[in-house]
Amino acid sequence: MSFYKNVTAKPWEYTSPTVGTGPESAFASSSERIALTLFLVVVGVIFSLLAVSYYVRMEVGDWVPMNDPGLLWVNTAFLILSSVLFQLARNTAQGENFARARALFVAGGLCAVLFVIGQALAWQQLTSNGFDVANGPASAFFYLLTGLHVVHIVGGLWVWSKTTFRFYSQAELASVKHSVELCTTYWHFLLVLWVLIFAVLANT
Amino acid sequence: MAYVPLADQDKDHELHDPHTFITKYVWSQDHKVIAIQYGGTAICVGLVALVLSMMMRLQLGFPDSFTLIDPSSYYQAVTMHGMIMVVYLLTALFLGGFGNYLIPLMCGARDMVFPFLNMLSFWVYLLSVLILMSSFFVTGGPTGAGWTLYPPQTITPGTPGHDTGILLMLISLGVFIIAFTMGGLNYVTTVLQARAKGLTMMRLPLSVWGILVATILGLFAFPALLVSAIMMTFDLTLGTSFFMPAIMAAGEQLDYNGGSPILFQHLFWFFGHPEVYIVALPAFGLVSDVLSTHARKNIFGYRMMVWAIIAIGGLSFIVWAHHMYVSGMNPYFGFFFATTTLIIAVPTAMKVYNWVLTLWEGDIRLNTPMLFAIGFVFTFIHGGLTGLFLGNVVIDLPLSDTYFVVAHFHMVMGVSPVLVLFASLYHWYPKITGRMMNETLGKVHFWCTFLGTYAIYLPMHYLGFLGVPRRYYAMGSTDFIPESAQALNANITVAALFVAAVQILFFVNVFWSLRNGKPSGNNPWGATSLEWQTTETPPKHGNWGSDLPVVHRWAYDYSVPGYPQDFIPQNVPGDFGVSEDHDHETEMKEGPLAN
Amino acid sequence: MAIAVALVLLVVGSVVFHLISPWWFTPIASNWGSIDFTINLTFWVTGAVFVLVNLFMAYCVYRFRHKAGHKAVYEPENHKLEVGLSVVTALGVIAMLAPGLFVWAQFVTPPDEATEYEVVGQQWQWSFRYPGNDGQLGTVDTRFVSESNPFGINPDDPNGQDDILVKDPEMYLPVGKPVKALLRSKDVLHNYTVPQFRVKMDMVPGMVTYLWFTPTEVGRYDILCEELCGIGHHVMRGRIVIAEQADYDTWLSNQTTFAQLNARADATPAAGQAQYAVCASCHGQQAEGNPALNAPRLNGLQTWYLERQLKYYQLGIRGAHPEDLYGRQMAPMAGMLNSDEAIRNMASYISQLAVTDAPDTISGDSARGMAIYNSNCAACHGNDGTGSWATDAPHIAGMSDWYVATQLANFKAKIRGAHTDDDYGEQMVSFATAMRNEQQMHDVIAYLNSLQ
Repeated sequence: MSFYKNVTAKPWEYTSPTVGTGPESAFASSSERIALTLFLVVVGVIFSLLAVSYYVRMEVGDWVPMNDPGLLWVNTAFLILSSVLFQLARNTAQGENFARARALFVAGGLCAVLFVIGQALAWQQLTSNGFDVANGPASAFFYLLTGLHVVHIVGGLWVWSKTTFRFYSQAELASVKHSVELCTTYWHFLLVLWVLIFAVLANT
Repeated sequence: MAYVPLADQDKDHELHDPHTFITKYVWSQDHKVIAIQYGGTAICVGLVALVLSMMMRLQLGFPDSFTLIDPSSYYQAVTMHGMIMVVYLLTALFLGGFGNYLIPLMCGARDMVFPFLNMLSFWVYLLSVLILMSSFFVTGGPTGAGWTLYPPQTITPGTPGHDTGILLMLISLGVFIIAFTMGGLNYVTTVLQARAKGLTMMRLPLSVWGILVATILGLFAFPALLVSAIMMTFDLTLGTSFFMPAIMAAGEQLDYNGGSPILFQHLFWFFGHPEVYIVALPAFGLVSDVLSTHARKNIFGYRMMVWAIIAIGGLSFIVWAHHMYVSGMNPYFGFFFATTTLIIAVPTAMKVYNWVLTLWEGDIRLNTPMLFAIGFVFTFIHGGLTGLFLGNVVIDLPLSDTYFVVAHFHMVMGVSPVLVLFASLYHWYPKITGRMMNETLGKVHFWCTFLGTYAIYLPMHYLGFLGVPRRYYAMGSTDFIPESAQALNANITVAALFVAAVQILFFVNVFWSLRNGKPSGNNPWGATSLEWQTTETPPKHGNWGSDLPVVHRWAYDYSVPGYPQDFIPQNVPGDFGVSEDHDHETEMKEGPLAN
Repeated sequence: MAIAVALVLLVVGSVVFHLISPWWFTPIASNWGSIDFTINLTFWVTGAVFVLVNLFMAYCVYRFRHKAGHKAVYEPENHKLEVGLSVVTALGVIAMLAPGLFVWAQFVTPPDEATEYEVVGQQWQWSFRYPGNDGQLGTVDTRFVSESNPFGINPDDPNGQDDILVKDPEMYLPVGKPVKALLRSKDVLHNYTVPQFRVKMDMVPGMVTYLWFTPTEVGRYDILCEELCGIGHHVMRGRIVIAEQADYDTWLSNQTTFAQLNARADATPAAGQAQYAVCASCHGQQAEGNPALNAPRLNGLQTWYLERQLKYYQLGIRGAHPEDLYGRQMAPMAGMLNSDEAIRNMASYISQLAVTDAPDTISGDSARGMAIYNSNCAACHGNDGTGSWATDAPHIAGMSDWYVATQLANFKAKIRGAHTDDDYGEQMVSFATAMRNEQQMHDVIAYLNSLQ
């Protein structure tokens, strides 16, 4: 039922309970997926507001552009790889190949771990080049945006590790399939988010 | 495996079944227990804020005789009172308390869809409260920057609590937002996914609509506060300059450059204005249900009420800068924001008309909850109309930052929501405890609270017209403020002390009725919505016994013509012929009372 | 039932309260009568809605209260009525908004003939700058702010040289001429408000905001800060004098320009020394003070503080209150310095005397004193009690403690600091009043003694 039809219905008019009511009016997807989608919207709002702040702050005269470390490209590659592996794991999980799905899923998470390590190295590189967080607004935003993004990756990795644990303790694909799907969605979102952040940061 | 919404899962499929005292009352995942935990915590912390406000009132009313607090603690009291009341009391009580209690019951669900997350939400909220309270005990005390936390003064010397106090405040807000997000995702998902069979969105009680839209607003608005809190924490602890321009403090250059204080204000009010509606919309919803039940009449213009809630929710995101007319932002923004702000008056006014029209041709029972609800409509009309002054950009020039503003927002988002809170507590207390609250005590409580608060805030508007600035520890001497203004201030203080004192009646009533109240039965008010149709009161874990309810009608079938009883519960089947096509036909096809 | 009566009474009471209330806008003293008009219009529109809706509600409650056998009427909605009400509401909103936006358009576009002046806010003082003969204000930057350049004027900007600096919370404007105030802040947010002018605007560090008005009434008005700016917010006071053009010109010509300030010759302590002989009889050769004669220690005090106090004694701002016994003794002594030059010489002589230590005569709980001091006093007087030129706060740590006690009591009793021309007196009156009792004062003084 469309939103418009929904809110213009005259609820005091009697309709037989078998027609178009009840669970049918709930979304077809799982509650977890709905909650995840909502959560991703919230995360999207957080980063949009930061992006707006970034451009507003850039207008002030003291903005000194900084060169993003080249390592970020390598990290980006890891994150893309991670996302691809998650997608493959998700596709495999639709079938029966438990071991393969597990291997892909674990590999995807490990790539994300490499991304986090890579980001930490990038921070170290910057700091040793004299770009610490208080150096100027550009570097402050760099640390803020990358840091918050990594926090979200780490949160995802926590769920990933729980799912991995279930992969090893339970032999049934059905029991982890849903988690794999949700992780995949989350990872794709974080990848898109990272690309946007990277673009914003490069735009100094 | 096809997904089965929780509401439709059969009774053997319960997620958890508490047995021990600890799992039942402490680490409980039952939405009703969590609601009480949320509500109890919020009320306790609200009492702290109430005490703070009394200290401020004593100072303002009798500046020379009560030197109870010095300027530094006065500004700390201003800040903590505001922040606690808006965020930790009202937001938490309406959404964490009433949202938690009512959503699953009104939707005919067994619990929230994520009970564990729900429990976690409360404990994280409690943590945020504890962090906030701890700031009273650190060196320098809590922050005194005003609840708006405007930089640069939040973190410069000259503001109380500019190092530890503000840090704890920012951390506490961050933790609160995490707690809120966990709760909020739960509320929205539960409303969307776990409604009983037959319960379409448009059959929901307005309480659920109000809470749902407020939660969505919260989910989108709190990120702005989170972002600004994080950036300010960076400025404070790491020396960045997001919000801090090059400034002096006590003759020294501070090590900041180029930051924009106005940016913070935009972010803050992008959260702060929706926050007003995060508090107001649940109140609108709850009061609609109380009015309708006790007027024995359907809420007038249900669809308009739903649309108005949605419209207000949407518009609330594009009016934020009306808090900033004199902030130094680009003055041309004033045209846009004044227009959007006054547009929001239209759906809000429609809600007021519909509340009043619900009384028209009703069969009004003046029970305690109803008195509070009527009191709310009165104070809300008053507070809403004064909002038209402040929203109209040019009138804001003389009135902003005066006591007019203080009086306005206390009327509209202090007194009004609190009256709804009381209406709701008196109204749903029987469902929560199985006993009625004492009517006499309740009525005394109402009259003292209602008349007392009006005696506080009506005169306060006139101090504002006079030009008395807000957030002044003491007015001191001026040429334009007459002596009589101080007398008025003293009277306001007396009224405030009185109102604060009579709240004891409420607590006495709550605890006394717990044991001695009249047993209420399942549906003492003769209400239609699902929470009153449980087979046990208070409802057991899982709410519905063996079978989930099936919904056959909207939540407002009161005084349906021809039906012998003046209400038809939502889960009673049968068409009693009240649609527009065959008005007033009295066919009774089925239903328990048909024979 | 009672509630219906109560609603009617509240409506009637509110209207009566409004009609008899002596608390209303201060008489307007600027061109912004159109703002008052908009307010009155809004008042009538909203007032009518308030009365009508509430009386209607009271009627409903009375008329449809529960009676046995009565049943409510079932009416889900009434589309026509709802649309009608929305339209009426929308018209009412437009009626209020349209004039509001019209007046706002005037407010955001200052007239071309408006002359500019600058208001500088800082914790918790006002100062003012006028453009001088070239009609142009020099550029400023917080980086340039120092004791000798409190406005932070760019010394290399020729436009700044003739800027007229008023480092004093009282400013003048000519009546009947439109003016545009440029507002800036050196530290935190402030707000420039004169209630009689109706307009106000925040002062934001890092940017310049503005407002404009035409003063229409000659008089002296309070300037208030109306944006929370720290613990001294409520005592950040200034005054604006609207004067006839001639009076304004006279006042302006008596102010100092930036160039004059820089060119001012140094004071000569030797000249001060000669005159100090009189002072020495009470305050001692080293200005170490003499409790027996109620003369406080003076050495260690800042020059500008000494100058200000001598000036205040001369002008009767200090030492004129009948209960200020020792102040009254001091006033004629200060009167003996017959020029600003003499005052400056005297102050510079005293401030370069060797610092002596005043004996402790007051004891108290210094830990409690520290808590009070740090949260209320340190913002101006500094964590170490040495004061600061930026906040115009004198050195107080280790000064004659009995004298500090007397002064705190005097401030609290409004014997000192209550004179309208005492620029910073109001601040000390307020903070001394906030001290609950003598014990608290002694605790603070004990802490001050421990700082030295």
